[in-house]
This record gives sequence, structure tokens and C-alpha cells, in this order.
Amino acid sequence: MKTLHDFTTTVPAWKPHVAPLDLAKATVAQLDALKVTPSNQKVSDYVLVLAHDVETLKVRTPLFNAIMYNRGGLSRAERELGAVSSSVVNRCIYCAAVHASRYNQLAREGTTIAEIFARGANAKLEPRLAAIFNFATRLSQSPPTADSADIAALVDAGLNPDEILDLVLSTSLFGWANRLMHTLGEPIEA
Amino acid sequence: MVAMEDLLRRIAGVEATSGLAEVLDKRADIFEMTQESHDAALMPADPGGISHAERAALACRVARLTDAPDFATHYEDLMSKAGAVGTTARIVDLEFLGGDDTRLAALIRHVDLIANDPKSATGDAIEALKGAGISEPDIVRLSELVAFLSYQLRVAAGLKLMRVLT
Repeated sequence: MKTLHDFTTTVPAWKPHVAPLDLAKATVAQLDALKVTPSNQKVSDYVLVLAHDVETLKVRTPLFNAIMYNRGGLSRAERELGAVSSSVVNRCIYCAAVHASRYNQLAREGTTIAEIFARGANAKLEPRLAAIFNFATRLSQSPPTADSADIAALVDAGLNPDEILDLVLSTSLFGWANRLMHTLGEPIEA
Repeated sequence: MVAMEDLLRRIAGVEATSGLAEVLDKRADIFEMTQESHDAALMPADPGGISHAERAALACRVARLTDAPDFATHYEDLMSKAGAVGTTARIVDLEFLGGDDTRLAALIRHVDLIANDPKSATGDAIEALKGAGISEPDIVRLSELVAFLSYQLRVAAGLKLMRVLT
């Protein structure tokens, strides 16, 4: 199977570098965190790899859902753009594919992602999306380089503090997710 | 122990009566779960093969690598509480790469790579950990630790920048 190195909106398969947990050997705590029941045995290899650290997995799943899907604040599409920005910086091809395709579905357009994938940090976007992408890209650097000018650009583009907090959270969350998905396995052709 | 919500607010300089504090209160569930994640990554009930002292020392190293001296101070404090001594205490020295201890050298090399330059990680990095005798569950525990810290440091950096808004 060929390892993918280029950004795509087609969600790849994921080949783990660490053996996924064998469900037959799972502890009660692991089964609980995985929400495995006799009628639900479908768990992805990625989640089965993370189940080796069940204490972290158990809290990370609801935290992830709260940051990406809770009510109010930044639109779901723009949270996905924060996720994509981080994934581009960290070259997590798998995360970028999943969240770019979600952005495209939610925003009902494909030109923003196409431009980001083609030109990376030099992408030319409409002002609000440019402010979001630039801030998220700079917050994702190691160390982060986002500064007060980036925040001022978000305000000028019309984001309120609630929305900016959600952007900080969704972008930072992918600083976490990318460091798992991109390092514990690799994207391969589906 | 200082609660994570307080830790993030303290490090970001969020005043209790400020408008920014009100903005954060609307996402109180997220800050509570961030605290729980901190505890799970730094002080798990089952630490496997990576002790609480090593976790705190590696966290301090990540904070230093990421130019976050306020977090470095927090994790130094956690290190002393966990009783880090000897080579474990040396982990925080960015010049120290593990010396003759092949296990520790592999842990440090991986933490430095994932914290600073995750895009360059390939399957070889995981093979190097396995080659140094690190178990697969410990590889996942180590990865979660560095990945969580990378999230935490960025949330704090963002909150600091948000102080001017409210």
C-alpha cells in the first residue's frame, strides 16, 4: 500500500505503526472507554491504538466533541477550518482530508480548501477566512507565532470574543490530534 | 494541586472579574475536561512504564522547547512533588539527550521531535522507540503526553492574546 504525502479531500485509510488493542484482551476500563457492547464491535484501528492509554482516551473523546460540536460561538465550518490549518502546518494528511471534506460539506464550497492545499500559508482567501487561516496557521507553529496583529485581524474580520475562543480551542485541539494521527500511523490509499 | 482551569487562567493572566473570564465561563465544560486530560496525561492511576516524575520532567522539557517558561515552572513544581531525582531530573536540561541510558535517550529524542517538528515524524521514529525496548502501550502514553501539552500550550498562548479584547 502506498503512503500518501500530498493533501487530498478524499479520506485515506490509516495504517498504524503500533498494534491496535486486541479487543479479546481488553480490560473492562478499555471496553467502557471504547463503548464496545455486544451489538457494537466496530471500533477504528486509530481508536484501538489510543485505547492503550485508556485514561487519556476516556476524557479526550468528550473534550473533542465539545470543542468541535458544542452550541454557540464559532460556526462548525470555521472550527473545521481551524482544524485544517493546524493539519496543514503539521502535514497530517489524514486529519487534513477528514476536516477539509467536512469544511467543504458545511460551507458548501470547495475553493477555499483547494487554494489552501495548493498554496499553503500563501493561500489567497476572502478576508474573514484569511484572518482565521492566518491566525490558526501561526498558532500551530512550534513555538506558536500568532501575535496581537493576528488577533486584530480577526476582530476586523468581524469575529467576536466567543468565536475567537472557539477558534483557539479547535486549532489547539488539532495540535493534539495531529501529533497522534500523524505519528502513530500513516495515511495510505483507501 | 492548582486546578487546570485556574492554571490556564493564571498563566494567561485572565482576571476573575474580566470580560474574558465571562467568555471562558461559557465553555466551562471544556476547561474542566482540559483539567481532567492534564491529570490523565501527567498523573494517571496506571502510569505504565513512564512514571509521574518522568512525565512531569518531559512536560517541563516540552514547555522549555516551546518557549513557555510559565508552564515550565508549573511542571518543575509537579516534578518535585513526584520526587524526580538523578537522570529523571536532568530531562529538563535541553542539552541533555539521555546519556548512556538508551531508553531515556529514545524517550527524549521522540518527545523533542513530536513537540517541535511533528511533520517530520515517520514510522522510523516509532521503530526507534520499539528498538529501545519501549512497549507499545508506553509509546501511546508518551504520544498522548506530548500531544496534550502541545494543545495546552496553544490554548494558553491564544488566551494571552485575547486579553486585549474584553
